[in-house]
Amino acid sequence: MSNVVSALNGVSRSGIAVVEETGLRGMVTVRGDLASKAMGKALKDVIGAGVPEVRQISSGDKGAVAWMSPDELLVICDHGAADEVVAALNAALAGAHVLVVNVSDARAVFKVSGQSARDVIAKVAPVDLAPEAFEVGMMRRTRFAQVPAAFWMNANESFEVICFRSVAQYVFDLLAVASAEGSEVGFFN
Amino acid sequence: MLTLQCPYCGVWAEETELHAEGEAHLKRFGPGSDDEAFEAYLFMRENPKGVHFERWRHSNGCGKFFHAARSTTTLEVFGTYPAQTLEPPQEIKDKISAKYPGWSWREFA
Ligand SMILES: [Zn+2]
Repeated sequence: MSNVVSALNGVSRSGIAVVEETGLRGMVTVRGDLASKAMGKALKDVIGAGVPEVRQISSGDKGAVAWMSPDELLVICDHGAADEVVAALNAALAGAHVLVVNVSDARAVFKVSGQSARDVIAKVAPVDLAPEAFEVGMMRRTRFAQVPAAFWMNANESFEVICFRSVAQYVFDLLAVASAEGSEVGFFN
Repeated sequence: MLTLQCPYCGVWAEETELHAEGEAHLKRFGPGSDDEAFEAYLFMRENPKGVHFERWRHSNGCGKFFHAARSTTTLEVFGTYPAQTLEPPQEIKDKISAKYPGWSWREFA
């Protein structure tokens, strides 16, 4: 068995916000008819979560399910559980026109926390991050400066950011600069 | 800055989250069509001063293609709509008519 490592070995930096690579995370792309009964039942049985509404993320006892597009979801789970999740979803969705793929190792995950987290995200993404516009439970696919990224917010107002592993260093450097000491904007706090 | 609402995910996306994909409602002429139709399909485009229909892609987002109706002179956006259609929705045509009575664009009016 190979020694699986995350893109940046858990690097972190702290300034007006704390930016850290969270390490390995299980991610499974699911494409298919999101409105079908089979899809709803499969996610309930395997993850314990319902099919999220448009641009939302729902959570269950074994992970979370994020809405990616009208025919795509992203299941987020433990890294070690991803292959089992793929097998279980494929079994539960047998016969349906679906695609279930483990994409865990194609991605990197960062956490941005602290009082200025909203400001830091707002510096790099064309997204309205006002407290009344972006709330817990939302999932937003967008760009972080020049690369695609997606993020959601945890209950404690910290953000989790996912991006392609190939641009992990770029995204970390970007977030590190955006959260550098002395770069407060103070717009959202 | 141009802002369009993606009809699939509902995001009010600013231009940099989108990618322009040329003219909307093109009818494809492929193998078996005559040269003139094929040439028109490949090269002949509208270049209007005013009402225009475009294809956009929410590339840094849900990834879907959609259509937008807007004015090339004022940048006013009349609306966006899913790409699974052969013509603009009546509601958008009505909105354009209110502003530009008698407008026409290719076979639409
Ligand atoms: Zn979209």
